[in-house]
Amino acid sequence: MHVFADPTNLDAYLSGFLWILKLTGSSAVLALVLGVLLAAFRVSPVPVLRGFGAAWVNIFRNTPLTLIIFFCYFGLFTTLGLTLSDDLDQNNYWLGVVGLSVYTAAFVCEAVRSGINTVPPGQAEAARAIGLTFFQTLRIVVLPQAGRAVVAPLGSVLIALCKNATIVGTIGLIEASSVMKQLINDNGDAVIPIFLVFAGTFAALLIPTGYFFGWLANRLAVKR
Amino acid sequence: MRYKRVAAVAAAATLALGMSACGGDGDGGGSGSGGAKGIVGKAQSQKKLVIGVKADQPGLGIQTGSQYEGFDVEIAKIVAKGLGVDANNIEWKTTVSANREPFIQQGTVDLVVATYTINDERKQKINFAGPYFIAGQDLLVKADSTLAGPEALDGKTVCSVTGSTPAKRIQTEHPKAKLQQFDSYSKCLPLLESGKIDAVTTDDIILAGYAAQSQYAGKFKVVGKPFSSEPYGIGLKKDDKDGCEKVNEILKTAASDGSYKAAWDATLGKSGKAAPELDTTKLTNCGSV
Amino acid sequence: MSTSTVLYDHPGPRARVRNAVLSVVFGVGLAALLWWVYAKFDQAGQWEGDLWKPFTEASTWTQFIWPGLRQTLLAAVTGMVLSLTFGILFAVGRLSDHRWVRIPAGAIVEFFRAVPLLIMIFFIFYGVPFLIQGPVSAFWSVVIGLTLYNGSVLAEAFRAGIRSIPTGQAEAAYAVGMRKSQVMQLILVPQAARAMLPVIVSQLVVLLKDTALGYIVAFPELLQRGVNDLSANRGNVVAAAIVVAMIYIVINSMLTTLANWLDRRTRRRAFRIPKQATAPRDDTTVTEPQG
Repeated sequence: MHVFADPTNLDAYLSGFLWILKLTGSSAVLALVLGVLLAAFRVSPVPVLRGFGAAWVNIFRNTPLTLIIFFCYFGLFTTLGLTLSDDLDQNNYWLGVVGLSVYTAAFVCEAVRSGINTVPPGQAEAARAIGLTFFQTLRIVVLPQAGRAVVAPLGSVLIALCKNATIVGTIGLIEASSVMKQLINDNGDAVIPIFLVFAGTFAALLIPTGYFFGWLANRLAVKR
Repeated sequence: MRYKRVAAVAAAATLALGMSACGGDGDGGGSGSGGAKGIVGKAQSQKKLVIGVKADQPGLGIQTGSQYEGFDVEIAKIVAKGLGVDANNIEWKTTVSANREPFIQQGTVDLVVATYTINDERKQKINFAGPYFIAGQDLLVKADSTLAGPEALDGKTVCSVTGSTPAKRIQTEHPKAKLQQFDSYSKCLPLLESGKIDAVTTDDIILAGYAAQSQYAGKFKVVGKPFSSEPYGIGLKKDDKDGCEKVNEILKTAASDGSYKAAWDATLGKSGKAAPELDTTKLTNCGSV
Repeated sequence: MSTSTVLYDHPGPRARVRNAVLSVVFGVGLAALLWWVYAKFDQAGQWEGDLWKPFTEASTWTQFIWPGLRQTLLAAVTGMVLSLTFGILFAVGRLSDHRWVRIPAGAIVEFFRAVPLLIMIFFIFYGVPFLIQGPVSAFWSVVIGLTLYNGSVLAEAFRAGIRSIPTGQAEAAYAVGMRKSQVMQLILVPQAARAMLPVIVSQLVVLLKDTALGYIVAFPELLQRGVNDLSANRGNVVAAAIVVAMIYIVINSMLTTLANWLDRRTRRRAFRIPKQATAPRDDTTVTEPQG
């Protein structure tokens, strides 16, 4: 444990996990909004929107996240000139958020869509019968019920997102996994305690999150 | 996994047999304990060596398809030849900066020739022969850049490899410079070309290798004011003092018989830079006090 | 697309016009965006022939992309086989009647699901050699990392699958005098495995993508060889990344299509979860893979 007694190392550890939490938080919000929108696209009456949603899911879900984040840096930032902040770390952070969000949105979209599928067709038919439009049907009848069914899968998506945040290290943001790598390089004699601290922190963050979502899903489940 | 361990045991047994077989007739390294151990012993008995080199550094160690090319690779071949191992019997292994010590300590490789700076911290874990080259940290900038040296880096963006020694030096000695880090230098170059960053920093010889690549020809220049001294050594096991001394002897011979210069001319020398002198008085003492 | 037709009426003349207008507006907007991206890339010289020329040369494919792809596939297949074994063992372990089996199995599964793969692979490569006093190759670091993570995910999927099998099946088996292990081996696991086939294939997609994390230990897979090493030789990092991304997308799309096809096929089998058998569903997979 002497490694973490050194204040610089402790600071590095804390700032590494702070980046992870910030990346997870911002991307979760963006991915949720984007994912629900994409799910609405995928069930909408407009063929072009359906195609767009399907293409999005197919492209982003089938590409390694490492490559997507890479494209955010070399495509969005370097080539398209999209600068999200003048500060280097902040810019990389936001580019990471964009990459994580577009990737995670594909998973959110699929989770929401299968949630929509759990709503019995009779519900939507009844809504149409009383004259609700597509968006009214979706907003008032289908999504509130689907929302309860997607709590558990969305929990898994959130947990995956938090772990995936480590991949933003590829574009130079010194998040937890990069910190661990550096600490291991500098302290070859303490590889195992260092790993246990980092893995343990992730476990301490994510295992309770998983149980929380399981509990929430049970509470909210629509009994049919 | 299991069969691997079996193979390792078998290899060890072969090695032991080989050692006892040649125990009587003198030895190459001059060890007092009967048989030649370490790389000298392995080279004698198996006529094979596993050598770790870089795979992504043009001019020094780069993997082109199934082959490795570069100055480090040529040096490795000279050493292998001196140990009596044919170039065809070298098994090349890609190493990255972070796994060089573990590879040597765990016996994954016999030798490492991979832009490997000799320093005290590393000497505690492994032994170094050489240096066969003295590099220095420098900056690579666009050909028309006016950036004169590391003092001028304040507020500028400089690119290096995550957690590498050059990156750390920038962080501690030039904290006002903005540091962009990637997992390989090859990602820094397109950024330098597009002007997103102002400089790439690492050892001058590595930068020269990138600058000499055909697709970047004439676009970049090395500033030419090295601000550190990086003696490149050949890494081997800490207790392999005989092997280390033997490698140093081989380097001495290479300096005098022209094979060192030939290695340079075939690789980094292609850019027109004359071969450096190999200063044989500076070779390490291989850990003896 | 059976769901979508439930959500809105068959379009009448007005709706059809509105849909067409929306389609055109959105389509034009999208096309404009894509054109802008294309133009910007063009401005930056990313379409220059020199950057793309390597992909017309056989050596690029035979020496970089194909060897990389082979390692990727090899790691994915090995990882999958091991993950399945791990998954079945731990799913059964978590359903065990013995607390001393159930609790450790649960803890292991929960732990490996929570640790990022990047950290896991890195540790296996740099840390485990200290424990076993011998080197671990990059290949096995990646494969073992993938196995621990995906095996844990599959263990949870199997557990859900085994529990979704109607209790009558197990009761009937006990009634004919089978032992607990026989019920598990002969009745529950085979049925769960068949029901879980689409999930398994979806997880294979995740596994295949995650081999890309091998770059952290210099495992020569598709991303490492096709992007990092190729661009170190040829200086075409963006072009190389585009080509490699397309290869991943093509392979993974085929696997996803296979997963969906398997899913539709298994859903036609009546025994599965009665709730879902009531309505014909469209092409979503049962459990979403966790990327």
